[in-house]
Amino acid sequence: MQDYRKDFPIFISTDCVYLDNAATSQRPQSVIDAVSDFYVQSNANPLRGLYDLSMKATERYESARKKAASFIGAGRADEIIFTRNTTESINLAAYSYGDDAVKEGDEIVISIMEHHSNLLPWQRLAKEKKARLVFMEPDESGVIPEKEIEDKICEKTKIVAIAQVSNVMGIRNPVEKIIDRAHRMGAVVLIDGAQSVPHMKVNVTELDADMFAFSSHKMMGPMGIGVLYVKKSIMEKMKPFLMGGEMIEYVTREDATFAELPHKFEAGTVNAADAYGLDAAIDYLNMVGYDYIEKRDTELVNQMMEGMKKMGHITIYGSDDPSKHNGIVTFNVEGVHPHDVSSILNEDGICIRAGHHCAQPLMQFMKVGSTARASAYFYNTKEEIDRFLDCLSRVREVAGYGS
Amino acid sequence: MDLKSLYREIVNEHNLRPSHKAAIENPDVVLRGVNPSCGDDISLQLKFDGNVISDAGFVGTGCAISQASADIMIDNIIGLEKEEALKQAELFMGMIKGEVLSENQFDELGEAAALQDISHMPARVKCAELGWRTMKEIIDNKK
Repeated sequence: MQDYRKDFPIFISTDCVYLDNAATSQRPQSVIDAVSDFYVQSNANPLRGLYDLSMKATERYESARKKAASFIGAGRADEIIFTRNTTESINLAAYSYGDDAVKEGDEIVISIMEHHSNLLPWQRLAKEKKARLVFMEPDESGVIPEKEIEDKICEKTKIVAIAQVSNVMGIRNPVEKIIDRAHRMGAVVLIDGAQSVPHMKVNVTELDADMFAFSSHKMMGPMGIGVLYVKKSIMEKMKPFLMGGEMIEYVTREDATFAELPHKFEAGTVNAADAYGLDAAIDYLNMVGYDYIEKRDTELVNQMMEGMKKMGHITIYGSDDPSKHNGIVTFNVEGVHPHDVSSILNEDGICIRAGHHCAQPLMQFMKVGSTARASAYFYNTKEEIDRFLDCLSRVREVAGYGS
Repeated sequence: MDLKSLYREIVNEHNLRPSHKAAIENPDVVLRGVNPSCGDDISLQLKFDGNVISDAGFVGTGCAISQASADIMIDNIIGLEKEEALKQAELFMGMIKGEVLSENQFDELGEAAALQDISHMPARVKCAELGWRTMKEIIDNKK
């Protein structure tokens, strides 16, 4: 194993076993330095200034856009809109594209596994337009069957929005098949890449995705910066999202014309420093490489699943195949509420998530109130998983179920 | 026994072997209390004899803290007048939000005082409050 841990100052400042990477990752020093360096070396309001410092800020912001475009295989930098995060990206798509594209009686198709951020914007749109929100459902192992795709996506479908990787099951959805079916029915597809981008190489051009959303903070970049990729031909038809400064061309008392793409969708002073931090995170991620990340994901998940199986009294959700979990193991300890599992582990310095994971309809579908989730990333170690498993094996005893 | 293990023992005892986790006969009021974000979901049942809470019980699901806290609360409030129960609820909620209580006030809370440590776990405050909050809502509505 490569020693990447030394690049992450948080592992020096704390002794925690951090297994909540699906919620947010940790950041390497190079990302922290980039954000700081932006303010030290190039701070000015970007995009408007006619002086050197502002031009340097603009250059850094725009170079981050180019980096983000090539990172996900987009053909052009102006197909990248910077947002705050995946949630804002999807809201932007639902308002600026959805409001005009969806009419009464139309259908919007998502899956029951979606994070609330890829559900509520479409719920809002469907309610306002009197359209129908349709849910694709997975089988026992978390896979959406082909028949489900054929049945749910039809001529009435205008938009399909689906996570590439589920934040609960960790499983990869058959997005290629979904995109193919949607396009044959004349629908536009948005892929939620929040959980996939940190773990697998994505190419939006090869996928033929119409829109693609992801967050910087789950892939070692700063919080507060996210991306929405939109095909140029679609973006041209979209109305603005937020109104205000930096997104206009010409303004009179009664009217305005808007800035060129993609600035039309980036109202107000932009988050240039964190975009520059995302630029550094992409460099770091590319340096580590997806081959290594995928190998480590599988090793760590395998170790967790094997350990849990030996323990007994533990239910693991999703696929039996560790390579299909993208670092995520969702589970329950028999007789112990997930919040208690998390609290008990916290006493030993182990950080895992418990609750509904922002996917309440999926919890209802799985007929569980909530679950515990341990999610690893390439910088986690075998020793950390040993420590996690050791503490997990004592949870039932601590909760009062004799030893 | 240190405070932490005392707390754990009391919570485990009331969670695994609750005294009041069952429907009561002919309740006057039944009210559901839910913590949507974590899935604690109880239905609290109260029976009154004039101003006095003559019987109480609850059914539902949730984490150990929510279930134990509701069970302990019922232990405390059976036989109390409405106003006394409300006063205890106020003391309890103050305690788990980190207010400093006098020794007399601690005594008044009885076993519920063992949940004092929740004040150091902000994420669990809602769990501990659920039963008390629901009881307060019932009595406030009856006024």
